[in-house]
Amino acid sequence: MATQGVQTGAGGRSVAVPETVLGVGVALAAAGAAWQASQIPVSPLYSKIGPTLFPYIGASLLFILGLLLIWQGIRGGWQPQDEKDVPMDWRALGAVCAGLAANVALIGPLGFTLASAVMFTLIAWGFGSRRPWFDAPIGFVLALTAYFGFAGALGVNIGMGPFERMLSAVIGL
Amino acid sequence: MDTLTLLAHGFTVALSPYNLMWCVLGCTLGTMIGVLPGLGPALTIALLLPITFQVPAEASFILFAGIYYGAMYGGSTTSILLNTPGESATVVTALEGNRMARSGRAGAALAVSAIGSFVAGTIGTLGVAFLAPFVVQVALKVDAAAYFSLMVLCFVMVSAVLGSSATRGLTSLALGLLIGMVGIDLQTGQPRFTIGQTALLDGVDVLIIAVGLFAVGETLYMAARRYAGRDEVLPLSGSLYMTRAEWKRSWKPWLRGTAIGFPIGAMPAGGAEIPTFLSYAVERKLSAHKEEFGTVGAIEGVAGPEAANNASAAGVMVPLLTLGLPTSATAAILLSAFQSYGLNPGPLLMQTEPDLVWGLIASLLIANVVLVILNLPLIGLWVKMLKIPAPLLYAGILVFATVGTYGISRSPLDLVLLYGMGVIGLLMRRFDFPTAPVIIGAILGPIAESQFRRAMTISNGDWTVFFTHAVSLTFLIVALVAFCAPKIASIIRHRRTRGPAHVSGDS
Repeated sequence: MATQGVQTGAGGRSVAVPETVLGVGVALAAAGAAWQASQIPVSPLYSKIGPTLFPYIGASLLFILGLLLIWQGIRGGWQPQDEKDVPMDWRALGAVCAGLAANVALIGPLGFTLASAVMFTLIAWGFGSRRPWFDAPIGFVLALTAYFGFAGALGVNIGMGPFERMLSAVIGL
Repeated sequence: MDTLTLLAHGFTVALSPYNLMWCVLGCTLGTMIGVLPGLGPALTIALLLPITFQVPAEASFILFAGIYYGAMYGGSTTSILLNTPGESATVVTALEGNRMARSGRAGAALAVSAIGSFVAGTIGTLGVAFLAPFVVQVALKVDAAAYFSLMVLCFVMVSAVLGSSATRGLTSLALGLLIGMVGIDLQTGQPRFTIGQTALLDGVDVLIIAVGLFAVGETLYMAARRYAGRDEVLPLSGSLYMTRAEWKRSWKPWLRGTAIGFPIGAMPAGGAEIPTFLSYAVERKLSAHKEEFGTVGAIEGVAGPEAANNASAAGVMVPLLTLGLPTSATAAILLSAFQSYGLNPGPLLMQTEPDLVWGLIASLLIANVVLVILNLPLIGLWVKMLKIPAPLLYAGILVFATVGTYGISRSPLDLVLLYGMGVIGLLMRRFDFPTAPVIIGAILGPIAESQFRRAMTISNGDWTVFFTHAVSLTFLIVALVAFCAPKIASIIRHRRTRGPAHVSGDS
């Protein structure tokens, strides 16, 4: 990735584009945080140290660090060589992200277990498994175990879908 | 003498069948997650935080303590047999341990690290028991202003001093501090950083930050570099019984490692990397078998760093229990577990909750015994876990991450936050940002802010209070020196070597 960079005068080292972009992202996030801090309503009663002091300190710190990161990115970046040598596997990452997105979308209507089984299958696909009909049942059983394990042991109420409701009714939980 | 009485009392708490069960459960779970690459104690304890609403404080802390120590034992197994250290503290173990395994001495490497962990963990935990009451005596004299300065020192140490880059460490810390501010400001009742979402009024749950950064982030990271290196699991070769010669070569490194690890862990700076690297360097220098280092694997190079790692893990409990200062991600999660019981770790905790504190310390000692038993005879079982195929392992990790997160709130927004933290975690791994400062900042930040405001209220709004009080000023000066010293040293070094031949972005 660094090979895409532009030559600069400083020591003949090229601009590391990913790191510079990351630095810009950090600085922008800091600006966003500062803007949010300015939106915090301050009651005149708390004029001394209001709720905005620390948010402004945090945002300023992050902004300065963002600028430093940009500076370091322009000067050649810092990413470890073994990370640079490994290209991003966008297809694998895409499959995993699709799994996460599917889970967010489906957990409401389908309930935890079925949504998790879909996510499990997609993530396993992303990691190179090519037998979804084999992964899906494993994911389903695992999700069910996790569901009843957590619900029982921790007393946590996890999203019930049609399937969990049915099963709970059958086993009388 | 007093300490011994209290410790004996702690044993009566920890040895009750109910608590012993939690200890064994924690050790088993801890070893398991320690063995599995990509899982660590911080996120496991975070996932189990809801248990604090169900069981008494003693029981859940005994469980968490077992997980904390268990993950150390399990982690060394993975570094020796797989050479993919799950956490930075076991990088050094992998150096020599993996070479030993490659030359057919996996058994000895596993044994020396398990027994070394036991020796160091036991001495380190006893160190906590005897040191903590003294630190408490000092800590009781620390006022709000000095306490805030001490937290500043802690922040600087964990993010800027102990790490590969001050800029990146501080970026992580600033991110954590900002995340920690999300929600209602406790003193004025104003919402902060909630972007109009009522769901964010309670703040971002620690569970979401830890599980998102570690579990989801790790999964995304591994997916993104799937073809990078598929590691082979080395077979369990050689006897687990160490020979006389091996014992003779190991006991001194164990003790030296402990002596290096515990004091560094017990300082309000923490970090297990420095003691392990230091111990490795010392053993390499002192060893009579220097030719084995880096070739067939030297047993001293496993014994010393493993001991240092475990001793510093024990040492971390000192600032946590006596000052309420977490110096590692796991310690920060433990701090939030204390908070969920309405307890504030600090000098008063040992007086108000002796059952809890001493029961916890006693259970750490018991956990060490349980863990040696679990890890040596049952090692074959744990090695099998290394053979779980990656697709099923990572998909399974995310199912558990989801169950833990969705379970607390049943809000899809929390899942979006969780996965968003995962993307941040991926970027942080990819670009070499430390993750622990995010967790520490998010949990310790709000405490630091309230101490700051308390100090300012006491001083009637006079901010010089942080500089005029001797104790507070000392902490700030130490923080400043620790922050500047490495930079000044590197500038001098560069002057000497004439010109910046290679300034790697983060000098």
